[in-house]
Amino acid sequence: MSDPHENTHIDSVGTYVKILLALLVATAVTTAVARVDLGGFSVVVALGIASVKMVLVALFFMHIRYSPKLTRLVVLGGLLWLGILLLLTMTDFATRGILGVPGK
Amino acid sequence: MAEHASTETLALRVQFDTEAQQRSASALGMWIFLITEIMFFGGMFAVYTVYRSWYPDVFAIASSSLNEIIGAVNTGVLLLSSFTMVMAVRAGQLGQRKAIVVFLILTLLFGGIFVGVKAYEWNQKFEEHHIPGQAAFHLDGVLPEDQGHAQLFFSIYFAMTGLHALHMVIGVVILLILIAQARQGRFSASYYTPVDMAGLYWHFVDIIWIFLFPLLYLIDRHLVK
Repeated sequence: MSDPHENTHIDSVGTYVKILLALLVATAVTTAVARVDLGGFSVVVALGIASVKMVLVALFFMHIRYSPKLTRLVVLGGLLWLGILLLLTMTDFATRGILGVPGK
Repeated sequence: MAEHASTETLALRVQFDTEAQQRSASALGMWIFLITEIMFFGGMFAVYTVYRSWYPDVFAIASSSLNEIIGAVNTGVLLLSSFTMVMAVRAGQLGQRKAIVVFLILTLLFGGIFVGVKAYEWNQKFEEHHIPGQAAFHLDGVLPEDQGHAQLFFSIYFAMTGLHALHMVIGVVILLILIAQARQGRFSASYYTPVDMAGLYWHFVDIIWIFLFPLLYLIDRHLVK
């Protein structure tokens, strides 16, 4: 009751401005690099930049940097389940044509 | 504990020991909701991954028919709205009641611009006959037998951007409610939880778009001139 800011970390405006600028630059970079022929790495670079942006938004805008361990664990658990969803789906679809058997 | 109940406030309900405990409980609950949203969108990302891996060339041509400059600028607008949203939460932390209202209105403005531009882009697709299921559907540069796969790309495009836009519209409604409450002076440094939770939701919707933009607009653009 005494201190309303107990366990609440308040970031400076400057920090948020820097994060916004980083996000805008990353958006420009991912748009520009899409025109460059990187072969199979195009999608890797695109998803890499998107992941960096996601981490910046989560850490700073969503305050994960100062969140309790339990909240962080829940977030990581969610990403883990998303990974299982995508990975196990693709282990099926990516390998269906390998064996020349009916019902593939 | 009896006197506790009689002094119950928005910031400290009877079931919590401290305001900090109540805040972290709210954040945890919101995050668990967002995890269900991740899985909700995750199914669509899985569909996208499967079909893009099956028809990479057609998806590249279909993706290049979208205007990536409009998409990039609109991404910037959405990132800007996330910035004003986090500034509203910061104003809440500091108990600056007027600043909360100002930043929420700015967030509403940028969010509204994003949805407006999206509506313009969808309208373009109708004019270009890039609507899946349309009898007149035709995408230049794609073989007649592959037109169906191009329709698949646009089905996924409309489903994913549509679901994202629905979340934006819900976010706009939440912002309108919060602006009305903030104007009445409901929020203070010890109680700004609704602004905080709406912020988490808004940033989550932003993150979904951060992935949708490169995946839908920027597939192998160098292949198509």
